[in-house]
Amino acid sequence: MTELKHYFAPTSLDQAVERLKDGDVTILAGGTDLTPQSQAGRIKFKHTLMNIRHIPQLSGITLEGREIRIGALATITEIMEHPLIKERLPVLVEACDHFASDQIRNAGTIGGNICNASPAGDMLIPLLVLDACVELASMPEAKIYRHCMPLSTFFVGPGKTRKSLCELVTGVRIPIPEANHVARFYKHGTRPALDISTISIGIAGTLVDGSLSNVRVAFGAVAPTPTRAAQTEQALEGQRLDEATIDKVAAIARDEVKPIDDVRATAWYRKEMIHNITKRILSHVAQA
Amino acid sequence: MSLKHDIEFTLNGVKRRATIDITMNALDMLREVIGLTGTKYGCGEGECGACTIQVDGVSLNSCLMFAVDCDGRNVTTIEGLANDGKGDALRDAFVEHGAVQCGFCTPGMMMQADHLLHKHEHPDEACVKRGLEGNLCRCTGYKKIVDAVVACGAAEATP
Repeated sequence: MTELKHYFAPTSLDQAVERLKDGDVTILAGGTDLTPQSQAGRIKFKHTLMNIRHIPQLSGITLEGREIRIGALATITEIMEHPLIKERLPVLVEACDHFASDQIRNAGTIGGNICNASPAGDMLIPLLVLDACVELASMPEAKIYRHCMPLSTFFVGPGKTRKSLCELVTGVRIPIPEANHVARFYKHGTRPALDISTISIGIAGTLVDGSLSNVRVAFGAVAPTPTRAAQTEQALEGQRLDEATIDKVAAIARDEVKPIDDVRATAWYRKEMIHNITKRILSHVAQA
Repeated sequence: MSLKHDIEFTLNGVKRRATIDITMNALDMLREVIGLTGTKYGCGEGECGACTIQVDGVSLNSCLMFAVDCDGRNVTTIEGLANDGKGDALRDAFVEHGAVQCGFCTPGMMMQADHLLHKHEHPDEACVKRGLEGNLCRCTGYKKIVDAVVACGAAEATP
């Protein structure tokens, strides 16, 4: 039996975070995860179901100083088609392009993808390699308190994040990459559409004279959370992307990930895929 | 007693009110509360596209939408498309190309195809295949459906 007692559709951020004070709120945005999860009984409703669709501060994709801010309610389709994202963050467009189906891209939101915290979440890997920060809002006293948390520290387990029950994700902030920045994303699955990835890989960095610096590597579906790969990053940092380096880095990546066997693939297969695709991406970057 | 809520929205061009369970999805509301059974239940988890409707001009899976989230919005179902001139052209193209066999996926296919034709006026085969990848058909093998949508877009291109 559901404990659901109230439905609330706030029209301002103030109303929303005030309601979140008691922490007994299930948040509804696009609904593409919440609907099947609640109907299958995997999620139990809290006292209030809060529909955040009508809060204007959560929408839009804007340039703010040296950052691009994507509102939590931006749908995957909106991100994929936005001129600013296409021009400055093409790796995000690539991830959107491999996201579920048109119908789900039209409804699912970036905030929802982040809060659902799936180890295989499609947007999370490119966001990690782009150094994205999650914007959080709460109302500990009488006024709204906002802060940002690096996405790399946000996830703690499958479906679990460091967001407190009193906080709302209002958006995500991404520093605009410098010139010479390269970023690649690859999602491996059995079919192009509507597939949960077997593994996914994001690699980014500044490419100067065939060497990568400020390297970011992230892997999806090989750990309880989408995760940065510190050893692989370190092995790549400042190195010339020649064949020997690429082979060495791909081997380190394979050893660094600790995947599990499940219905989509065995751990062995995932490790092999991490090795092979890391090698492929780095070879492409080296030739670019 | 489950929690109820009153909503008001535009359904196929007409203002509607409905009292619905808070946890109900939009598909159940359309079929069980309002009685429009053209929108089909296939999988209930957004994999098959049989329940595709349009909300505020974009297609989505009604099984993945809370009915309360229809409040204040503009919803179109296959019944609305059936009363629309563009819907006629799409239906005729489906008939002409033999794109309907058992017919269960057809409402969802047509709603998604209509959305696709709004975004891409004259889509080629690759574009149609991409646009319909969220809709499953277990009869046709897709070829005839894709042909129908391409032909419909091409026909609209001719003055």
